[in-house]
Amino acid sequence: MADAEEPEKKRRRIEDLTEKMAVDGGHKDGGCDWDGRWNHVRKFLERPGPFTHPDFEPSTESLQFLLETCKILVIGAGGLGCELLKNLALFGFRLIHVVDMDIIDLSNLNRQFLFRPKDVGRAKADVAADFINRRIPGCKVVPHFKKIQDFDESFYRQFHIIVCGLDSIIARRWMNGMLISLLSYEDGVLDPSSIIPLIDGGTEGFKGNARVILPGMTACIDCTLELYPPQINFPMCTIASMPRLPEHCIEYVRILQWPKEKPFGDTSLDGDSPEHIQWVFERAQERAAEFNITGVTYRLTQGEPVNKETIPAVASTNAVIAAACATEVFKIATSAYIPLNNYLVFNDVDGLYTYTFEAERKENCSACSQVPQDLQFPPSAKLQEVLEYLTENASLQMKSPAITTTLEGKNKTLYLQSVKSIEERTRPNLCKTLKELGLSDGQELAVADVTTPQTVLFKLNFTA
Amino acid sequence: TMAATKTSKEQKYDRQLRLWGDHGQETLENAHVCLINAIATGTEILKNLVLPGKQTWLCADHNVAGTDESIILIDFFLSSDSIGKNRAQAATELLQELNSDVSGNFVEESPDKLLDDNPEFFHRFTIVIGVQLPESTCLRLGSVLWHASVPFLVCKTYGFIGYMRLVVQEHTVIESHPDNALEDLRLDQPFAEFKSHIQSYDLDSMDKKDHSHTPWIIIVAKYLEKWLSEHNCQPPKNYKEKEAFRQFIREGILKNENGIPEDEENFEEAIKNVNTALNPTKIPSAVEDLFNNEQCNNITSQTPSFWVMLRAVKEFVHNEGNGSLPLRGTIPDMIADSQKFINLQNVYRKKAIQDVAGVSKHVESLLQSVGKVCFQFPLCKNASFLRVVRCRSLAEEYSVDSVNKDEITSCMDSPDSEMVFYLMLRAVDRFYQRHSRYPGVYQVEEDISRLKLCVNSLLQEYSLNVNIKDDYIHEFCRYGAAEPHTVAAFLGGSAAQEAVKLISHQFVPFNNTFIYNAMSQTSATLHL
Repeated sequence: MADAEEPEKKRRRIEDLTEKMAVDGGHKDGGCDWDGRWNHVRKFLERPGPFTHPDFEPSTESLQFLLETCKILVIGAGGLGCELLKNLALFGFRLIHVVDMDIIDLSNLNRQFLFRPKDVGRAKADVAADFINRRIPGCKVVPHFKKIQDFDESFYRQFHIIVCGLDSIIARRWMNGMLISLLSYEDGVLDPSSIIPLIDGGTEGFKGNARVILPGMTACIDCTLELYPPQINFPMCTIASMPRLPEHCIEYVRILQWPKEKPFGDTSLDGDSPEHIQWVFERAQERAAEFNITGVTYRLTQGEPVNKETIPAVASTNAVIAAACATEVFKIATSAYIPLNNYLVFNDVDGLYTYTFEAERKENCSACSQVPQDLQFPPSAKLQEVLEYLTENASLQMKSPAITTTLEGKNKTLYLQSVKSIEERTRPNLCKTLKELGLSDGQELAVADVTTPQTVLFKLNFTA
Repeated sequence: TMAATKTSKEQKYDRQLRLWGDHGQETLENAHVCLINAIATGTEILKNLVLPGKQTWLCADHNVAGTDESIILIDFFLSSDSIGKNRAQAATELLQELNSDVSGNFVEESPDKLLDDNPEFFHRFTIVIGVQLPESTCLRLGSVLWHASVPFLVCKTYGFIGYMRLVVQEHTVIESHPDNALEDLRLDQPFAEFKSHIQSYDLDSMDKKDHSHTPWIIIVAKYLEKWLSEHNCQPPKNYKEKEAFRQFIREGILKNENGIPEDEENFEEAIKNVNTALNPTKIPSAVEDLFNNEQCNNITSQTPSFWVMLRAVKEFVHNEGNGSLPLRGTIPDMIADSQKFINLQNVYRKKAIQDVAGVSKHVESLLQSVGKVCFQFPLCKNASFLRVVRCRSLAEEYSVDSVNKDEITSCMDSPDSEMVFYLMLRAVDRFYQRHSRYPGVYQVEEDISRLKLCVNSLLQEYSLNVNIKDDYIHEFCRYGAAEPHTVAAFLGGSAAQEAVKLISHQFVPFNNTFIYNAMSQTSATLHL
């Protein structure tokens, strides 16, 4: 689209431009905004239009807000994170923080384009921030080589918008819970200034989704938990004595043979160690031969069980979803257009398919409804049954819930798994009935779990 | 060492190999890809091809980085060092840096000049991707590529709208990898080896352990045999009959000494699967259509392998296949002891192998008859999922005589249809032809009426009786032909994946126009 121009004029213009950029070409100052750098963004900030958000007002201040004030947190510096950082930086966002607890692996390089082979072993957050800051003058990405759980409310409160490119549902739920805990209510009315919008993206192979969450106002992660079906686990009897598929053979070695034979000492199986995988592979082949099962391959062995480390992934899907997410960050930060309300699904297996819908809030959502959850059990039910309900129920899907309550004015732990000594001490409670434990109808139980930064309150409702 | 390099490459590409396999990866690495115009949309597409291993590419762009200030640095693959360099060169250098296994080429010419100098320049490519091409160049290139049978992917980011157009005469897909494929169990037409296999089971005389670990396929087959003998050879057809059949199976569950049914999960599986198990085996209509194609029935020495194979499958269907496609040969996992399951699986596998041999014989005799040699690919396993995509040419889309008026007017009947954006993009192209610039680049207000004239002339020329609201004309002037990065990136991912589909012949490409609306996060595929 360059206009026809005399070569001399062109040459002089390029010279001027090079000069302007060289003067303050460093990345620390904001003094690198040569004329025209943000033209493409300004058209959407300085011109009125028929489809803008009702709150939109054209002004030159919006661009300044993006460049100097708007603070964005990107969670994850992997497939989605790299794309998000690039997209936000190229749109003018400069105050960006990125959190990621992982280090770079060779298998990341087919899509996490801010990393090179020489970076393998280094922290993703550090390398990503470095690359962006060098390539895009003026951008100031601050890396955090940490888990999201390492930060508390004071950290998260400083951001205008948070965008997630996570690969774990547990982490998403934790983040979701954290932002809900930041909400403040006055006389039962939500204070809008306490809302930090959360934009969440996820991909798997050729499928992906992007969603906009306004905590306390729109559907949150837990409201739609049923959209994430729990993983399929093979039954133990199949693995132990009746394998039919190559996967069963691999699981046998992983779950039963490895702990028994301890081939590399007391270390647990490391999915990233070729020696470990090779050992499992060879034993799995032996077992398969015993049962005349074919199909045990090295690749299949690496991929068992299907977990975040081996979900198929390509650059293109991450590019699409991260782009959609970044567009929403821009819309919310500037009111340029009405944000997505609130869920986008994408699939390009057969042609390209998108579906946009409004996910609804759940009235009794365990995360955002502020209503104590109902637990219906007969007094003769064992605590074990309550534990199973908390983990298996599709709307709760807790991982290792810790249950406490108040009895005779004192705080009592009914069961806790994560600390060995307490687990041993409270294990007998699992076989006791709710009545035997001294619990009464209407009793409140407080449940803590990795899926949420706050405890969830439950109310016992005795059935006949 | 070679082995070390191979493993490290496999490790790097592991996550995508799970999607398209080693054979798909090979086609991707070796394909000749040409990108025209190294602006954000284009370099994003290339990035998404280079990362998964595109070994080499050609980037053509006659522009110098820096002549249009706004373009600098909205493109991730131009840096401050790029100023003054040819855009294609600058982008190629930065893209190459992404992946140590690759090396790209660039040429500092416009596509028009390339065609002027050498009309066959583009014939060598597996696919040509053109970004932000003016209409005249696009049509000219489209015509050349159409006649050379080179797939052409046209992409454009215009404000908050993304546009893609695929132009390919005929594209065959062998591995479409459908999301929810039905199993090929043949319970309604059991083949001989299957029948004799189930003969070897006598459910009534089995002990509990064997009874509870018999595969549900066997159970359904056995009960179906009984049902057919009692119902005049008519299988259960409606809901009532299927319910009765389910109950029939349920009664077969062993009972303990107190008459209480035992826990037999395999029987529960059988009951659950009755619906799909009773699906009649039939050839998908998409495949029947392929059988009726000219290319399938008229095999010559020029016929591509896909059609020779398809014809062989058709011959098989009409002979040894007795009206059915070659057996797929796989069965789902189910509750069973290892031996029973493996034995059953082998019955299906052996038959599938037999069918492949049958198809191969037909392939051989067809090839002999036209004096050709070709290679085998996994056609039989995918016989039900074969697809062919044929797009209309750009000439057909743009010609007044063959414009798809019905599609345009029926879409425009819905208020929210993305079709309006297609029409606006056409109008904007017209504006460029008349004024040598795009609307709203400098001023908005003055260009609105000019753009409106273009819209009206467009609608008039094609006799399109549709109404385009002024709001859209205003919005398209407002865009000022901006290329917001996130919209370019969305297209970059979408287009790259379509390119991979075209290169690998796996998964099904779109047909033929894709519009993305970033304002509402919606999209549509139009057939123009």
